[in-house]
Amino acid sequence: MGRYVIRRLLQMIPVFFGATLLIFLMVNVMGDPVSGLCGDRTCDPATTAQLKADFGLDKPVWQQYLTYMGNLFTGDFGKAFNGQQVTELMGTAFPVTARLTLVAIVFEIVLGISLGVLTGLRRGRPVDSGVLILTLVVISVPTFVTGLLLQLLLGVKWGLIKPAVSPAATVDELLVPGLVLASVSLAYVTRLTRTSVAENARADYVRTAVAKGLPRRRIITRHLLRNSLIPVVTFIGTDIGALMGGAIVTERIFNIHGVGYQLYQGIVRQSSQTVVGFVTVLVLVFLVANLIVDLLYAVLDPRIRYA
Amino acid sequence: MTIIDTTADAPAPKGPADDGSGPLLDVRDLHVEFKTRDGIVKAVNGVNYNVSAGETLAVLGESGSGKSVTAQAIMGILDMPPGRIPQGEILFRGQDMLKMSYEERRKIRGRKIAMIFQDALSSLNPVLSVGYQLGEMFRVHQGLSKKDAKAKAIDLMDRVRIPAAKERVNDYPHMFSGGMRQRIMIAMALALEPDLIIADEPTTALDVTVQAQVMDLLAELQTEYNMGLILITHDLGVVADVADKIAVMYAGRIVETAPVHELYSRPAHPYTRGLLDSIPRLDQKGQELYAIKGLPPNLTRIPPGCAFNPRCPKAQDICRTDIPALVQVTERDGSALPGRGSACHFWKEQIHG
Repeated sequence: MGRYVIRRLLQMIPVFFGATLLIFLMVNVMGDPVSGLCGDRTCDPATTAQLKADFGLDKPVWQQYLTYMGNLFTGDFGKAFNGQQVTELMGTAFPVTARLTLVAIVFEIVLGISLGVLTGLRRGRPVDSGVLILTLVVISVPTFVTGLLLQLLLGVKWGLIKPAVSPAATVDELLVPGLVLASVSLAYVTRLTRTSVAENARADYVRTAVAKGLPRRRIITRHLLRNSLIPVVTFIGTDIGALMGGAIVTERIFNIHGVGYQLYQGIVRQSSQTVVGFVTVLVLVFLVANLIVDLLYAVLDPRIRYA
Repeated sequence: MTIIDTTADAPAPKGPADDGSGPLLDVRDLHVEFKTRDGIVKAVNGVNYNVSAGETLAVLGESGSGKSVTAQAIMGILDMPPGRIPQGEILFRGQDMLKMSYEERRKIRGRKIAMIFQDALSSLNPVLSVGYQLGEMFRVHQGLSKKDAKAKAIDLMDRVRIPAAKERVNDYPHMFSGGMRQRIMIAMALALEPDLIIADEPTTALDVTVQAQVMDLLAELQTEYNMGLILITHDLGVVADVADKIAVMYAGRIVETAPVHELYSRPAHPYTRGLLDSIPRLDQKGQELYAIKGLPPNLTRIPPGCAFNPRCPKAQDICRTDIPALVQVTERDGSALPGRGSACHFWKEQIHG
């Protein structure tokens, strides 16, 4: 187990460098980073040259990358073009997005798994068909439609929530955005759990559990769920990474100043330092989330052993 | 000792109450059907049998003869729907279990009637340790603590002779060999010292030497606890050693009942004859093995008359129209053979040549 973790952590190193290099190159291709600094006008050549020299943009790309990576390991993610430290932006953005992701994941786990178990055990009944159709609708409607619609109805028309989230972004403010963010994954979790539960409900060991005279609740929680949740855990685990970085649409709609918002700003303002910095951290989040999922496998299913 | 009840119109040879307490389990005219897309599958069509304490009943039959479905109906683990029990009674100590509530039945399962399944690997939960699965019986039914339950689990594993029980109690099912896994299944069924054990082909998944060990263990524990045992099998070799009486099933009906040695020496049904002839024998090495021609009937369309008629070498016109009842089998002089019944129009010709 320990050796496996070490091996996996070592494997992260090339993935990390590869991913950051790709992002670095892509951001460079995006366009001239200096051009965005003078507002709508084009900068005069002298200023451009001065700025480029200041930021080290006159050097070849590989040298820029090495300098950047070197700085990265001293904890210096560079400056955004408005002069703010990127680490400072991260410090405000990541806690907000982490809260949003947490709300979304809780929705996925609580709602998604409960609905999945409910429908899985009542396959073919009206509840099952109803939830199935609902999940289909949620999956087919894009997030921005769900988001804008809920914002319009709950926030503007009925005044149940504030249409925009304050900079503090407390958990109760994030409930509706979290639900919107989770919606598609939630539908997938429901379907995944449903299939898994329905399949395992016919398994021999469930029949044994019934024959042992166990109460129904115990059969479901101890015997059925434990086996059914293995694929669901994989999905939710990888979804954490996706939710952390993929909240751009939801954060824009509800004006949440999280990672998605900063990434969007960075792209629009061509602030390559911000984009590369944030994405680098997201790559790390993905890698760690994947490792945790793999380790959770072994906890959930003793037949899986890592050496 | 009691014997298998015959159908209503057959004379009951010996009353089930003659040992004073009545049979442990008495199945009466049990019917089970399943609703499927192709129509209603009539899996069990009027089965009668009973088992007393300390007695072993072997239920014999091909796949799809309804032997397992009957057992599942007794345990109350049929999938309902699609399964349905349109008529019949399952009396356990005189009480009809089919009329009990879910909770009442649950309390009988595992505690009074336990079941051993065929494939121990898939029948044990792969993600829970065997100690946990064994201990669960004590925790749920007797409210023992985790620690006490584990100690009891170790005792059980010792009793079914699993070596190094203490070290292996936290192992998972996949870490055991096939024979050891089946021992764990047996231990689980024995945990609360039930009155009746139903063993559904307990040795099918095992190789021959392990089969013998497992059967010996089962028989030994049965005598020790004076349990009733229903042994479901299609292996005539397994039956001969351990069973007291045999019920042969075909297409959801009992076609012949007999004390074990009588069945082997003088079968009273052509189907039983066919089964016995299909056993490979050492003295017939090299010769072609006998097989009953044809296939078991489709249970959505059971042939009219005797269900065995399309495959029966002795079938006559009456076999294609009238369903033979399970009747008392007698000697040539008319004296009843205790415990023997046959559902064949021509049982006399079969048994007396």
